Amino acid sequence: MAAAAEEAAGSGGGGSPSSARRRLRIISGHLRGSPRAPEREALSLSPCKAQGGSAGPASGSIPKKRQELLKWNGWGYNDSKFIFNKKGQAEFTGKRYRLGGMVLPTFKEWIEKTFGASLDHKTTSRATLNVNDVPPSIVNEEFLQDLRATKISYSQDAEDRVFRAHGHCLHEIFILREGMFKRVPDIVVWPVCHEDVVKIVELACKHNLCVIPFGGGTSVSSALECPEEEKRTILSLDTSQMNRILWIDEKNLTACVEAGIVGQDLEKQLSESGFCTGHEPDSMEFSSLGGWVATRASGMKKNIYGNIEDMVIHIKMVTPRGIVEKNCQVPRMSTGPDIHHFIMGSEGTLGVVTEVTIKIRPVPEYQKYGSVVFPNFERGVACLREVAKQRCAPASIRLVDNAQFQFGHALKPQVASIFTSFLDGLKKFYITKFKGFDPNILCVATLLFEGDREKVLQHEKQVYDIATKFGGLAAGEDNGQRGYMLTFVIAYLRDLGLDYYIIGESFETSVPWDRVLDLCRNVKERIVRECKEKGVQFAPLSTCRVTQTYDAGACVYFYFAFNYRGISDPIHVYEQIERAAREEILANGGSLSHHHGVGKLRKRWMKESISDVGLGMLRSVKEYVDPNNIFGNKNLL
Amino acid sequence: MAPPIAWCPRPPPRLPQRAGQPSWSGAGPWAPREAAAAGRTPRRGRAAERGAGRRGGARRTMAGATAAAAPGRARRGAPMYSKELTSKKRDEFEDILEERRLSSDLRYAMKCYTPVIYKGLSPCKPNAIKTAVLQSEQVQYVIKQLAKEMGESPDIIQEEAMEILDEMGHNMQLGAVRFFAFTLSKIFKQLFQRVCVNEEGMQRLQHAIQEHPVVLLPSHRSYVDFLMLSYLLYTYDLALPVIAAGIDFLGMRIVGELLRRAGAFFMRRSFGGNRLYWAVFAEYVKMMLRNGYAPVEFFLEGTRSRTAKTLTPKFGLLSIVMEPFFKREVFDTYLVPISISYERILEESLYAYELLGVPKPKESTSGLLKARRILSDNFGTIHIYVGQPVSLRTLASGRINRCPYNLVPRHLPQKPSEDIQEFVSDVAYKMELLQIENMVLSPWVLVAAVLLQNLPAMDFELLIEKTLWLKGLTQTFGGFIEWPDNLCAKKAVMSGLSLHSNIARLVDGHVVLNDKGVEDGAVGEIVFKHALAILMCATYRNQLLNVFVRPSLVAIALQMTRSLRKEEVYSSFSFLRDVFSDEFIFFPGISLKDFEEGCFLLTKCDAIQTNQQEIYPTNKGNVIVSFLSAMFRPFVEGYQLIFRYLSKEAKEAFTEKQFIPGVRNFVFQLLEKGNTQCYEALSSDMQKNALAALVQLGGAKKKKMSNGFTYSVNQEAVNKILDMFDARIPVQKPVAARL
Repeated sequence: MAAAAEEAAGSGGGGSPSSARRRLRIISGHLRGSPRAPEREALSLSPCKAQGGSAGPASGSIPKKRQELLKWNGWGYNDSKFIFNKKGQAEFTGKRYRLGGMVLPTFKEWIEKTFGASLDHKTTSRATLNVNDVPPSIVNEEFLQDLRATKISYSQDAEDRVFRAHGHCLHEIFILREGMFKRVPDIVVWPVCHEDVVKIVELACKHNLCVIPFGGGTSVSSALECPEEEKRTILSLDTSQMNRILWIDEKNLTACVEAGIVGQDLEKQLSESGFCTGHEPDSMEFSSLGGWVATRASGMKKNIYGNIEDMVIHIKMVTPRGIVEKNCQVPRMSTGPDIHHFIMGSEGTLGVVTEVTIKIRPVPEYQKYGSVVFPNFERGVACLREVAKQRCAPASIRLVDNAQFQFGHALKPQVASIFTSFLDGLKKFYITKFKGFDPNILCVATLLFEGDREKVLQHEKQVYDIATKFGGLAAGEDNGQRGYMLTFVIAYLRDLGLDYYIIGESFETSVPWDRVLDLCRNVKERIVRECKEKGVQFAPLSTCRVTQTYDAGACVYFYFAFNYRGISDPIHVYEQIERAAREEILANGGSLSHHHGVGKLRKRWMKESISDVGLGMLRSVKEYVDPNNIFGNKNLL
Repeated sequence: MAPPIAWCPRPPPRLPQRAGQPSWSGAGPWAPREAAAAGRTPRRGRAAERGAGRRGGARRTMAGATAAAAPGRARRGAPMYSKELTSKKRDEFEDILEERRLSSDLRYAMKCYTPVIYKGLSPCKPNAIKTAVLQSEQVQYVIKQLAKEMGESPDIIQEEAMEILDEMGHNMQLGAVRFFAFTLSKIFKQLFQRVCVNEEGMQRLQHAIQEHPVVLLPSHRSYVDFLMLSYLLYTYDLALPVIAAGIDFLGMRIVGELLRRAGAFFMRRSFGGNRLYWAVFAEYVKMMLRNGYAPVEFFLEGTRSRTAKTLTPKFGLLSIVMEPFFKREVFDTYLVPISISYERILEESLYAYELLGVPKPKESTSGLLKARRILSDNFGTIHIYVGQPVSLRTLASGRINRCPYNLVPRHLPQKPSEDIQEFVSDVAYKMELLQIENMVLSPWVLVAAVLLQNLPAMDFELLIEKTLWLKGLTQTFGGFIEWPDNLCAKKAVMSGLSLHSNIARLVDGHVVLNDKGVEDGAVGEIVFKHALAILMCATYRNQLLNVFVRPSLVAIALQMTRSLRKEEVYSSFSFLRDVFSDEFIFFPGISLKDFEEGCFLLTKCDAIQTNQQEIYPTNKGNVIVSFLSAMFRPFVEGYQLIFRYLSKEAKEAFTEKQFIPGVRNFVFQLLEKGNTQCYEALSSDMQKNALAALVQLGGAKKKKMSNGFTYSVNQEAVNKILDMFDARIPVQKPVAARL
């Protein structure tokens, strides 16, 4: 582990060794899953760096040159990816993840069986970005002079610009691999503090620029795409260098943090003081605090820590009108509609979030994974509903359907000993033969408990007792942990699929409890049907999981992928199917989005979602805050 | 971007998935089930293939040529109904009785019956369904509501619900099914020469049943319809339907119970006000549909059509079976229009008596036993055409506003929005029009139509000639005539005459109506007997009417207006269409399109020529135009008589019960005096339709009273309508600009 961390630090560039050791702590919590006792350290609350102003960027995981660490045409770290080794077996490279260096013996078969794919049919992405294809940077010289005067770092380099022209929607990755964006930012700037942002926005207003804030770049709603018809200079405001924790208030359990910090750094740095935020979206390695605020993000452990709207105490946002913030840091106030709710989910259309005060909690003493097998999805949903009703949901509880269970199963690494494989066989025998579960129907709930040891064990028992009532069988920590791993590596898997004519995407919704089953079934069926109609030659992978539970409903997450051989315009077909799936969700009483946001991808349904008047309300806010549409990314409205 | 594929054959469009096909059925967790299901063909189908060679000429091709209508746009959303007018290919028929005549009925009744079922189905007993209905949120909600309102204990109301369920619920049992399989085989063989089915339709149905919940929508001409479909599905090894039947059947001892065991469930004729009944009934139907427990079968027309004309649809049950889809409790629902046509209708004379006001005998077992003498009679051939299953999802796409269903918990009873009501009505009409399109017409139907225009007697040779002529015309209009290629016209007419010897007969080279006993007796009796014969004969002509109605109304409009201007003809057409909206089946709101279709068909048979502004009858066309208007003259005249009665005689508010005998006497007297020849105006069916039309045209008002509906007539308005008929005043209607 130490070695892995060292290496990560090395390529990350500039992290102190002590922090490097803990760099992937939280993620590896899921990926490695060793329940650990708290490593409480003497709190050495660093002298408030805020005083230092914009003296120099703090060290963060993501460098200014993203491409030095991250793939330019895919997800995640350059050194981490799925490959098929010489023996034709799937393998995950790199040492960052628990899966790193492991061989996955059944994965190849799964991919062939599920998609009708063959390893002989490979597409390859172009090796490097063709700089000549990139639209030229058009920036007016006066602005550049003004900008230089501020001493804020900037770049007009083609790579820098292209890598901030996209998020991680399928079509965006596809364009990177095979085409070129019609419009990319003309200039990238790296402010290092709130004051820098104020200056940039002032300049943008003065020179009538279009500003698109950029955080972690993990958007899956086309939110980062530059509007093609934008004639003004587009300035990409990369917040990644605004990544310090300004202060920690242990009395009130809050921390004020610069908005550009990415999830893993935030947790790592807080943990040095023995705290955490507990906000863990699947993208937390790369996504930023400001991005979470701007999209109304949701974390895996929201049952304990809440979603972003529950965690935020104070937000500072720079807008063309000036700075918007509240005058105090209080848990709740009754002062008209909460202005935070104009900011959260504004998707970069109103301004740049620069500083956020967020709730913190002591790092939990104990973590434990678990899993429960259910004879079918219906029973599983009924169990989750009961757990939600009794309000005893663990930090995370997810129910994956059969297809996703098999998917997870295919990612099982080669077992080390005969004994383990014997045990696995015995378990399988017990569940399928003795208990009579049909391996093609059963489904699995994965659990993550967190807290102090005694309470966790008590809580665990309570949940397992409920599960038993619904025909569930405890299926061990290992299965649970693997389930969570899947969500972290799924994006890497998409890159592998792309090499073999398989394209896919995930999307989510929220839905009342009584409609969960119908929605899951209908949306999956709609996808299958649409694929058939659009000439897709093999049945697609169309799978879902209930990924969050609430009092009144649940969040459902779909994965959808298909083999596109024989289709001349796969992206178009893909988009049609995705749109049909979203129509289906809406027709089944689901929401437009639970946490991915609207961006440009789902704008067409906004009116239907929030009514004409609702849309008008949002428009008038935009109108007031940003009359000249400086924040012109065209998201949401 | 992707290279063309060479290694994986593209599956042929819309063909059933066969096992072994590499793509869809070859992979994925769905594969095994899909492949297994696809490998099956209906068992009877295979047997029939074997028999096909042996029978040789027994196979018939019936490609009714239909024409392409000028494109018109529906008033509402996407044009949901447009007749397929490019020569529609229809399936071939197989006689299922043939095999019955060759092998043991007992063995057939005891055969291994393992129907294909809906995919997600877990089988459950009839009683389990009842319990599930009783426990359902929907029913429990209404029970609690009623308990609160009436201050009763929920248990008492629950008890009541249970009684309703017991009265209603089917109790399908394989034993009863086998009993029917045996006895019906015997009876059908006795009564009918052949029972012909389009086997491709059965195959489509088999596929549909596995895929989504299925609703069977047969036409309703006879009690035979009830068990015919079940018999058919049993023969083809498909899941037996549960059938909505009127509660009156329960009046028949033993038989009612037997029907129940064969899958019938019973609904009261009217339960508008009874919320508990409605909730229990609706949930019962939906429960069976949602779980795919069995195909649900009911008659859109609501009751047997006494005139063999398709009745305007009832919407209640249809909206119930559509609701699970609206609420997305099912992914889709298939609606299957089924056309059952009889060469000779079992109840033909009963119907005629009933139409003339001799009351329908109450359903009773002894009545049924008495009716057994008909077993010695011959009722010819039955044709059953199972139409293409229509996906409700496809129909609804882009039409339904989802909001109302998303904002209210799904178990609450919810009055359907106007949107939905309109949609349900459109679907109902579409399904009936599909039934009509596929309804087989026998040669006798043509004979009857010709004969009715040439009373009292017609030269036999002329009859043959005219029949042959009408055959051509019918085919041009898209009628589906069963006329074997090698059968000469004379034989066809002769066989029709011999089958219907009770209606008409050949006397000295002339064909006359068979109104025996007319010579002696009082004038009144003569009129009655004659009316009886005419109404019976009309029952067969009526089968043509919905095929002919559009061109015919154009023809009548042409004669009425005495003008060639298209817009004036259209105004008259549109007026007639409104007047006859309960008499014939028109898709709502597409008057212009219907007009265009009528004009197109008339042009196609060279009866008229049209340009931008005008319509000219051709020389040759006069024959057709006058034939067509003569065909519908009984309706035009009948309506006028009835309207005249209403304008003169009906002073006070009256009920339907008072109206029918009144108008009947009025017409009867006219007939006795010889002041009219319109015997069909005696038909209570026409009288009711005319009254309904008058209400819609604003000539009368319908009011709901405690004891039913009462009507009051606005004489001025009625007179105005009568004037329009006589073209004394021009029909004033806003003319569509697009004309």
